[in-house]
Amino acid sequence: MLSWLLLLCSAGVIAAQSQPYGFGQPATAADTAQKDLTVFPNGKGLPSGKGTADQGATIYKEKCAECHNEKGEGRPGQYPALVGGIGSLTSAKPLKTVGSFWPHATTVWDYIRRAMPFDHPRSLSADEAYAVTAFVLHLNGLVERTQELNEKTLPAVKMPNRDGFVPDRRPDIKSKR
Amino acid sequence: MTEELTPPRRRFLALGASLAGAVVACRKAPAPSESGAHMRGYGERSPHEKSVRVVRELTKSLGTGSSRTPLGELHGIITPSALHFERHHSGVPALDPAAHRLLVDGLVERPLTFSLDDLKRFPSASRVCFIECGGNSIGEPGANLPDVQKSHGLLSCSEWTGVPLSIVLKEAGLKPEATWMIAEGADAGRMSRSIPVSKALDDAFLAYAQNGEALRPEQGYPLRLLLPGWEGNTNVKWLHRLQLVDQPAMSAKETANYTDLMPDGKAQQFTFVMEARSVITRPSGGQKLAGPGFHEITGLAWSGYGKIARVEVSTDAGQTWADAELQAPVLSKAAVRFRYPWRWDGKETVIACRCTDETGYLQPTRDEFIAVRGLNSGYHYNGIKPWRVNADGTVTHA
Ligand code: HEC
Repeated sequence: MLSWLLLLCSAGVIAAQSQPYGFGQPATAADTAQKDLTVFPNGKGLPSGKGTADQGATIYKEKCAECHNEKGEGRPGQYPALVGGIGSLTSAKPLKTVGSFWPHATTVWDYIRRAMPFDHPRSLSADEAYAVTAFVLHLNGLVERTQELNEKTLPAVKMPNRDGFVPDRRPDIKSKR
Repeated sequence: MTEELTPPRRRFLALGASLAGAVVACRKAPAPSESGAHMRGYGERSPHEKSVRVVRELTKSLGTGSSRTPLGELHGIITPSALHFERHHSGVPALDPAAHRLLVDGLVERPLTFSLDDLKRFPSASRVCFIECGGNSIGEPGANLPDVQKSHGLLSCSEWTGVPLSIVLKEAGLKPEATWMIAEGADAGRMSRSIPVSKALDDAFLAYAQNGEALRPEQGYPLRLLLPGWEGNTNVKWLHRLQLVDQPAMSAKETANYTDLMPDGKAQQFTFVMEARSVITRPSGGQKLAGPGFHEITGLAWSGYGKIARVEVSTDAGQTWADAELQAPVLSKAAVRFRYPWRWDGKETVIACRCTDETGYLQPTRDEFIAVRGLNSGYHYNGIKPWRVNADGTVTHA
């Protein structure tokens, strides 16, 4: 009875009482830290760190070029290109790449950190991710060799297709019978 | 499966097998037994049945491709779990259900983690619904794909069981600012998608079972997000985090992929709903009619907006259309089987079907689709698919 009262007084149980079922465990900061990968276009979620394209060139050569090729041109039918296609989106053969299509530099950083190198994802440190992202953006002519990317400057990189997206406007096809 | 047998039973079986071997070795040409096969712990189909998914890798890194359901060889509306289409971006992870945790955090009153056992204690719900890859039929508007497995095989339909997501979110307590939810999988690439909270509270659920048993590894074992009617990629597999936020993440798979590039160079984004479509699965490309006379025309129709209201069939290249019979049950956001009795006169013709859903949405023709979205939108193609029945009974694309 006493321990029951003690329990009732503890914050945990009071919180649990507003839970309809009381299932699950309170998540700790460590639970979140373990899975905390999401980066938003405004830079929210970016860890502190820094890197330049010059620094990224070495990392790219070692960890990316095997698949995406020396200059990010990819390997047709095998690995996607990371460059090219700027201005091609209205053509008969649009080429969608980081440079021509991706609207936010933060997405490039987020994707590289979570999913690349394909066979060793999440092996890059934050500094390495800034550097290699800078290099990929440099290959696309979007940042200078020595321009430092960090949690402040990365979201400010203007991507060519920044305004290339519109919300879902379907049903947009009015069929006739 | 063998791994699931307890050790004593496994030993018993092994002993039985070696005894049986010894007996066979002593006997001289015994008359083959006419009694049937023994029972078995986990069933397999007849060795005569050969339908398989067709696997296509999209890059040299294995596990970045898709495998397509052989729709032309299946019956009814439920796809056998072993033939459910697959589309992965970083392979199929091997997850231990005992160690798996779903983290619900961000803009919630009580960030929580749930084990599978926790989730199974909540009130459960089952629902039959289709899942169709947003990229089903990529290429179809520009080039006629030759058979229904290639053209439509990234569609499957299962009975899914799990817990309504609204219940789980209530447990964590949504803050009023929470308008989006980032769903992330535990696959190697930690694939993630931003989902409006309105959908999460509407009919979304967390599925741990498919067609009566645990999810298949390829379908997200042990836990996946189920968003009825929405493109396959948003039904995040191997789900390990729901992060409640006030804006979309603009993740790679909702910007670089699964967006619809329009002729003016702009791309429609967050095009979640799979719009209504239908296709004849028999007779369809690659099949052959045995000869003139009765043939049932059958196929599937489905709509991410709701229930299918009507399917019409034409056997004269679209000059006339007649209603097909819809097989009960006709469920919202599920595949519906339709049937149309046909007497083939043995002459070359073109057959096709088209559907209408309960919202009045009409499945467009190929030309109507292309007129609005052009040839480069890639995703979400839902045009009418005609098949040519040739005089020799073969069926090809039309
Ligand atoms: C073992 C091969 C391999 C290596 C090494 C590799 N990648 Fe990749 N990369 C891939 C594959 C495969 C994809 C496509 C994944 C998919 O289909 O979802 C990809 C996709 C990408 C994309 C998205 C391209 C697009 O437009 O969709 C980027 C950006 C990228 N990789 C960057 C990198 C970087 C930077 C590195 C080095 C740190 C790297 N990759 C190392 C195989 C590799």
